[in-house]
Amino acid sequence: MTEMMLKVEDLHARYGAVEVLRGLGFEVPDRSVVVILGANGAGKTTTLRALCNMCTTSGSILLEGEDISRAKTADIVRRGVAHVPQGRGTFPELSVMDNLRIGAYIRRDKEVNADIGRWFEIFPRLEERRDQLAGSLSGGEQQMLAVARALMCRPRLLLLDEPSLGLAPLIIEDLFERFIQLNKETGLTMLLVEQNANLALDMADYAYVIESGEIALHGPADQLKNDPAVQEAYLGA
Amino acid sequence: MEWQWDVLPQFAFNGLREGAVFAAVALALVLIFKATTLINFATGELAMLGAFLMYILNVEQGMWLWLSIVLAMLISAGIGAAVERALVRPFDPDDHLPVVLITLGLFLIVNAVAGDIWDYQLRPVNEPFGTFPSWAPSSQELKEVADGSISCVKVSSGNFVEATAGAADATTCELAGRTYWTILNANVDYRTLGTWVTLAVALAALFMVLGRTKAGLAFRAVSSSAESARLVGVNTGRTLGFGWALASVFGTLGAALVAPSLNGVNPNMMQFILIYALAGAALGGLDSLGGAIIGGIVVGLIKGVVVSWFFVQVMGWAFFSILQLATAFMLILVVLLFRPSGLFGTRRIERV
Ligand SMILES: Nc1ncnc2c1ncn2[C@@H]1O[C@H](COP(=O)(O)OP(=O)(O)OP(=O)(O)O)[C@@H](O)[C@H]1O
Ligand SMILES: [Mg+2]
Repeated sequence: MTEMMLKVEDLHARYGAVEVLRGLGFEVPDRSVVVILGANGAGKTTTLRALCNMCTTSGSILLEGEDISRAKTADIVRRGVAHVPQGRGTFPELSVMDNLRIGAYIRRDKEVNADIGRWFEIFPRLEERRDQLAGSLSGGEQQMLAVARALMCRPRLLLLDEPSLGLAPLIIEDLFERFIQLNKETGLTMLLVEQNANLALDMADYAYVIESGEIALHGPADQLKNDPAVQEAYLGA
Repeated sequence: MEWQWDVLPQFAFNGLREGAVFAAVALALVLIFKATTLINFATGELAMLGAFLMYILNVEQGMWLWLSIVLAMLISAGIGAAVERALVRPFDPDDHLPVVLITLGLFLIVNAVAGDIWDYQLRPVNEPFGTFPSWAPSSQELKEVADGSISCVKVSSGNFVEATAGAADATTCELAGRTYWTILNANVDYRTLGTWVTLAVALAALFMVLGRTKAGLAFRAVSSSAESARLVGVNTGRTLGFGWALASVFGTLGAALVAPSLNGVNPNMMQFILIYALAGAALGGLDSLGGAIIGGIVVGLIKGVVVSWFFVQVMGWAFFSILQLATAFMLILVVLLFRPSGLFGTRRIERV
């Protein structure tokens, strides 16, 4: 049996009186890439937020066997979970450089600057704008910054909420290329929410489909890719 | 009516000295507002407490004045952080009304308790500037004062010049306990210069802390987006406590600097100053540190020139103290009406 990075059981989440997740269960094996698909409003973003305790939840969330469902967001991050929220989650009033520095807030090592340099190599546009406020970057540039910022904490589990949103197709391909590389080289585990189902299923090992807060379908990514229902709903076949 | 142009620079300098104090207190307001969008109405009373700490350490315990001020600032930092932890953090940060009410309650409680302990008398404090031996007038200066080439005035109330230039002699200078020299026919004393220099040093330290340290970076991150800050592992509660501590440091500094001009400390000493500081902070945009500094100084200048010089000549002394506060309130009103984000506040720069 493979080690589980994340194991979620009977996850419920609510905003006020509205129950958005209704007993979700899924697993993310160590070193794998898992994708969550679903229509708008299905509860994908809420699922990722629930994992970081950013909304009211019940159920069990095991990170490497330890229950984190009651832990504080900041402590979950300290345990190696990074989150790129939908709509970026950068710091608009901070410079690009400071955004990357704060990304490494939980680190104590001396390699922070070297890591920043590496991200500047990957996203040269960010280096050109290193002293510019993040809020004045274009949408795509902010998305790059959000991804780089999240990876600055050297996570073991990366939660990505529609990272391709607003990026040019070429950049998306490049970015996903990087994700695959990171996954292969460093064993970074990823849980990905994506509208770009084709690309996501190509990259992922396993996929879940959420409908109104419940798992409607799941299976290995290549298998789902050939599933007629998935093809019709998400692949525009 | 004859305008007294010759004393205008004097009023401007006095205004700028007061402005430095308003700037420090405005900064205390903004440091808390930036991170929480809360106005801490207890800012002035916490600062007053800090001034009393300085008084106890220096006057009652006989500690060196500057050490007393620095210690008072540090203890105030602890008090500020404790207030945040005990009275602010338990409440939902998105619901402002309860917390604002708590700061108002704190204002009343601190004032009443201080009044009980120290009663509402003025307690004289020592002058941090101008009692230094090296700053005593040189014999050359005393000679120049005596023959009238340097003018010298005796300041009685801290606000208004009682005797005007020319007639002074060396004894007057020594009686006032302070020395002066003349810029633009105005008498800039060591207290004014010292207040500016002290504030400048404190500001440099603040911007070092915010710009160069990890805690400062975390503070700016929380101010920008608390949720994103949590997502990089920042403990937002502790960071807000840090903001309260910084705010208390600057409030106490302002109170300690203004105490000699008020002829001492007393539990009500910061109440008017808080209003001016609010006006300064509003003018600067409430969430801009630089704006608070400039706003505070501008309010001081307005108070010194427009109110104390202009209005007094037009309307006489009768309405002086009412006019002072009314002007501050008018300023707050006008800013909030016509430019809610002040001169330097962020109108959020976010592209969608
Ligand atoms: N802060 C909120 N308060 C109340 N309801 C919310 C809140 N956020 C989301 N919801 C509701 O929860 C449901 C799920 O939202 P969620 O953002 O998780 O969807 P999603 O699957 O990420 O959609 P999309 O693909 O559009 O991003 C929606 O019906 C939404 O209206
Ligand atoms: Mg979403």
